[in-house]
Amino acid sequence: MPEQEITKTQEMVYELLVRDVMTKGVISVAPSTPMSGLREILRVNRISGTPVLDDGKLVGIISIEDFISWLADGGPECPVADRMTADVRAIYDDEPLVQAVCKLERLGFGRLPVLGRETGCLVGVITKGDIVSGLLKNLEVDYLNVEMRGSRSSHLFEDIVADQSLLVLKYQVRGADFKRAGACASGLKTTLRRLGVPPQTTRRAAVATYEAEMNLVVFTEGGRVTVEVEPELIRLKVEDGGPGIPDIEKAMQPGFSTAPDWVRELGFGAGMGLPNIRKCADRMRLDSTVGKGTRLEVEILMEQPDEAERHCAEVGA
Amino acid sequence: MKLEEIRKVLDAEWFGGETSRTDCSDREVLLCHASDLMSDVLTFTGAGSLLLTGLTNAQVIRAAEISDFAGVCFVRGKKPQPEAVQLAQERGIAMLVTPLSMFESCGRLHAKGLPGGDRAREDAKCRSKK
Repeated sequence: MPEQEITKTQEMVYELLVRDVMTKGVISVAPSTPMSGLREILRVNRISGTPVLDDGKLVGIISIEDFISWLADGGPECPVADRMTADVRAIYDDEPLVQAVCKLERLGFGRLPVLGRETGCLVGVITKGDIVSGLLKNLEVDYLNVEMRGSRSSHLFEDIVADQSLLVLKYQVRGADFKRAGACASGLKTTLRRLGVPPQTTRRAAVATYEAEMNLVVFTEGGRVTVEVEPELIRLKVEDGGPGIPDIEKAMQPGFSTAPDWVRELGFGAGMGLPNIRKCADRMRLDSTVGKGTRLEVEILMEQPDEAERHCAEVGA
Repeated sequence: MKLEEIRKVLDAEWFGGETSRTDCSDREVLLCHASDLMSDVLTFTGAGSLLLTGLTNAQVIRAAEISDFAGVCFVRGKKPQPEAVQLAQERGIAMLVTPLSMFESCGRLHAKGLPGGDRAREDAKCRSKK
């Protein structure tokens, strides 16, 4: 098994082009950018180096090492042009990935600027990290294709011989983590689709989960989402450890919200979360104790094939 | 209406690099929704739809993904935040940026015959009656 994967990776290194895995929309600086401003640019963008462009043309590259050596020299005020590496080794975007691997290895560099073949202009940057994640992504695509071929939940459930079958998916949601908010709903959606759950059922489950996830992120220190998939229905259980909802009836009213302004700025907190969840649910139960926590349970019945067809007609697809 | 046509109508620009443009310009858009409220976006039928919005954070892309939107157009020249761009690229959601306001964007697309969700539903009802 590992042997086969290595062969696949080697094959990909030749098949994939630099432009397939490079980072596009690269941050760059001008030769005239002051060295003292560089730190902020690197910090804000979380990068360890950046190309230097003069009117679109690549004239050098400046890295954190250059910055450190500049600091060691006492940090005299000067433009980036004075401290950059001007002898830049670049690579063209249509070269196979293996070229980039060799070049990085040979030169001992962490990154290579990528130029368009015809224009000679900078189109991106490629790092070892880009190569690794590019290969992984492609392996994943292949793997998914293999996985997709044989797995449909209708089959899955037909194949299981039991009086009752149940698939349980568990997700953890962290409080106040806005960057990852929605990741659980997104993961659930991908999984349900892969299992062959009808699109409309998948959508309702994903929307309900997303709203519930948002509530966990905004109001609690995090919680658990458990999804039970049965042949006939999907059951979502969302639990947290507080603060709890003082007045559930009020919380269910469309437009009622206790969300702070910063949540509203993100496009949420308009008091539509719980009403949206109710809209998606065939059955919904909400229990909450102030100071202890909240427990939401939602059941969504599996859409039947004829309903699915009607839905398609409605969308006009 | 293809996304590339929509881009022209809105004087918009592709966002998210060359692949975004080449992968998405032929994508067919059947209807359009406009909102800055993500809870509303989640109630829309996103399949084959374009979302017009003034918000630029990653949650816009999440909501668009959950609702199956084909693409998102950011109005008033606002550029999506880096996390949003990354997420959109991962999830294959097209991104456009138009200098126009929300109202002007909606008006131009409507004038070109692109329906909103309400009219698309009515049309579908008529079709099913026939």
